[in-house]
Amino acid sequence: MSSTKKIVIVGATSAIAEHCARLWVQREAAEMVLVGRDAARLASVSADLKVRSPQSSFRFLCTDFLDSTAIQATVDAVGAAGAPDIVLIAHGALPDQGECQESLAACRDALMLNGVSPALFAEAFAEAMHKVGRGTIVLIGSVAGDRGRKSNYVYGSAKGMVSRYAQGLQHRFAGSSVKVVLLKPGPTDTPMTAHLKTQGAKLASVESVAAQIVAAIERGRPVAYVPGKWRLIMQIIRHLPAFVFNKLNI
Amino acid sequence: MTLLSSWGRLGTHMHRIVGLTDPARVAPLIGAGQGPGLARGMGRSYGDACLNPEGTLWLTEGLDRFVSFDEQSGRLVCNAGVLLRDIQQLSVPRGWILPVTPGTQMVTVGGAIANDVHGKNHHLLGTFGDHVLRLKLIRTDGEVIECSPTQRPEWFAATVGGLGLTGVIVEAEIQLRRVAGPWLDTEIVPYANLEEFFHLADATEADWEHSVSWVDCITGDGGRGLFMRANPAPAQACPEPRRRQLTVPVVPPFSLVNKLSVLPFNTAYYRLKKWKAGRSLAHYEPFLYPLDNLHEWNRLYGPKGFFQYQSVVPREVGREAVQSMLREVARHGEGSFLAVLKTFSERPAVGMLSFPRAGVTLTLDLPNKGERTSALLGRLDALVQEAGGRLYPAKDARMPRTLFESGYPRLNEFLKYRDPNISSGLSRRLMGS
Ligand SMILES: Cc1cc2nc3c(=O)[nH]c(=O)nc-3n(C[C@H](O)[C@H](O)[C@H](O)COP(=O)(O)OP(=O)(O)OC[C@H]3O[C@@H](n4cnc5c(N)ncnc54)[C@H](O)[C@@H]3O)c2cc1C
Ligand SMILES: NC(=O)c1ccc[n+]([C@@H]2O[C@H](COP(=O)([O-])OP(=O)(O)OC[C@H]3O[C@@H](n4cnc5c(N)ncnc54)[C@H](OP(=O)(O)O)[C@@H]3O)[C@@H](O)[C@H]2O)c1
Repeated sequence: MSSTKKIVIVGATSAIAEHCARLWVQREAAEMVLVGRDAARLASVSADLKVRSPQSSFRFLCTDFLDSTAIQATVDAVGAAGAPDIVLIAHGALPDQGECQESLAACRDALMLNGVSPALFAEAFAEAMHKVGRGTIVLIGSVAGDRGRKSNYVYGSAKGMVSRYAQGLQHRFAGSSVKVVLLKPGPTDTPMTAHLKTQGAKLASVESVAAQIVAAIERGRPVAYVPGKWRLIMQIIRHLPAFVFNKLNI
Repeated sequence: MTLLSSWGRLGTHMHRIVGLTDPARVAPLIGAGQGPGLARGMGRSYGDACLNPEGTLWLTEGLDRFVSFDEQSGRLVCNAGVLLRDIQQLSVPRGWILPVTPGTQMVTVGGAIANDVHGKNHHLLGTFGDHVLRLKLIRTDGEVIECSPTQRPEWFAATVGGLGLTGVIVEAEIQLRRVAGPWLDTEIVPYANLEEFFHLADATEADWEHSVSWVDCITGDGGRGLFMRANPAPAQACPEPRRRQLTVPVVPPFSLVNKLSVLPFNTAYYRLKKWKAGRSLAHYEPFLYPLDNLHEWNRLYGPKGFFQYQSVVPREVGREAVQSMLREVARHGEGSFLAVLKTFSERPAVGMLSFPRAGVTLTLDLPNKGERTSALLGRLDALVQEAGGRLYPAKDARMPRTLFESGYPRLNEFLKYRDPNISSGLSRRLMGS
């Protein structure tokens, strides 16, 4: 019964997610649902993928990423056409840490978008997958979620929440055919990091990060750092004693 | 600020980098104005056409979405940062191919338009711009200009070959060409002198789509070489070759292309090819883009980089002018790793500043040896100017302004279409701003 794969991408206009989608449809035709907040942007991503893979089908849905009712309705609408094989939850935004310290509203928005919103999408899809007893949920955390740092702990703590949520879901579905994969990218060259690039930061190419993500999902790794070197780097950073860590200007 | 150079690696310069990704978000980014900016694709131009030292570069690689492809008509619409390689890999299996591509497919659509690039089939199909049906240009003041050969044709003629100076191209529609498969019937014919080259070129134009020749400019009087030509082949049963990719890992401390290595290379190359002369079947990639599998081969020229010098001179004086240039290079004794000779047809150019014109074009690669190389290039300039020829800005880092002005008689007409907030190293050097 090897029918075409059903893949759902939440935050489908994200550069990382878009490159994953290209790799997936390049390999084999798929049924894709693209979820985002802006119809015009979703349409251009969808048109590009359609040129790359005329045999695939694409549908896009707009929703409010911060509204639990809207999220549930979106997940229900997606599920009505059959349970997905893979759900990639990719949206996020890098907030200005200083602004979050000055404005609680900005702080809340960043925590909601990067932490609560992905968790709610994951929870809703988990419930749907639990019912059919199979599927893979992929969450994008970040190396920034491994240890709080003064330069970006608002974003980092939201990403830390995504990690913990993925861990809980993995425990819940252990021994079943529902898989949960947590990815932790390092700094990657996408619109999210455009300002860092202007400052001359060294960033991994989005093509290579996407290729490693697609491979990690295929292997069903519970946690994957991309590129892989970040596993070691973050292990060191996590284990630095506080009296050393607190002196670092990072 | 980020250090960047161009393909010739003649120097690195500080740039402020701004990545473009979504056509709808280009206008505010290029209008943000912190001094003049410049679009940059893959940086495969050899000189300063793709540099804006101490200024802003708008990187277009992220503008990489396809918009539509009609498999019935072969019309492709895409964003300007899409690579020619990605178009070929998508379209060839579906029976369509880009009509014109340069000697590397690692260039963007925007870069191919802005330099109005040519390939090995100029005599039949003209330049890249001949196959652009329409393009969309965004100016730094936010104006969006849609143009084509019939719609606002003056903007089209200024932008094709316009060196990125009229605005940022965000989208283009390209007419692809039917193709049976990825294979080419190729033939290699050795020639003993320039006279034979011109005979071969004339005899080839009617029956062969692609033609190019390698010329030996080291031994004797120069002028012997290998003529390579090809036609699309019918579909084949054989599998496509696997791509093998090699990278030149480091910059050697000195140029590996010097008198000692060039001489045996040229002789060996000539012997080898002479031995293999005759017909064979080839995949289009190694035939059309022979160096694309050797990543960063430009590093072979060492830390000082190299000059590529591409001229075109009118056919009437072509033989003498080419002979004199080859003689200068041979006398100089610093050998050219790649010397390529090709004829261009009468076809009128699309762009006001397009390089190709009727005549014969010679391309030389010369390692940068400072003063000595400059002196040689100066002598070559004099020969080109005397012959009424011109140099290719995509390859240039140093031509005198007088040679540029005499070579491009439509320059003054072009200047009216420049965007006042766009500037490159080349435009400051050759147009004063
Ligand atoms: C190995 C090799 C072989 C080559 N062979 C040939 C050949 O056979 N024939 C030939 O004609 N050329 C040849 N070239 C030159 C090359 O094709 C051109 O320099 C081409 O323009 C490079 O494209 P790019 O994307 O790298 O553009 P860049 O070099 O980055 O930029 C080139 C110009 O285009 C402008 N530009 C880029 N994108 C845009 C945009 N979106 N909007 C407006 N302006 C833009 C830039 O401002 C700049 O002026 C060769 C180069 C190499 C390295
Ligand atoms: N790039 C990195 O260095 C890096 C490193 C580690 C982790 N990550 C994570 O990787 C994921 C993908 O990021 P990316 O680098 O690909 O970034 P990106 O290209 O900037 O994409 C961000 C995505 O999030 C969406 N988004 C932003 N704000 C939103 C909001 N308020 N409501 C709904 N959607 C919103 C964007 O939608 P629009 O297109 O509509 O704006 C877009 O789809 C994110 O979770 C990010 O945190 C990135």
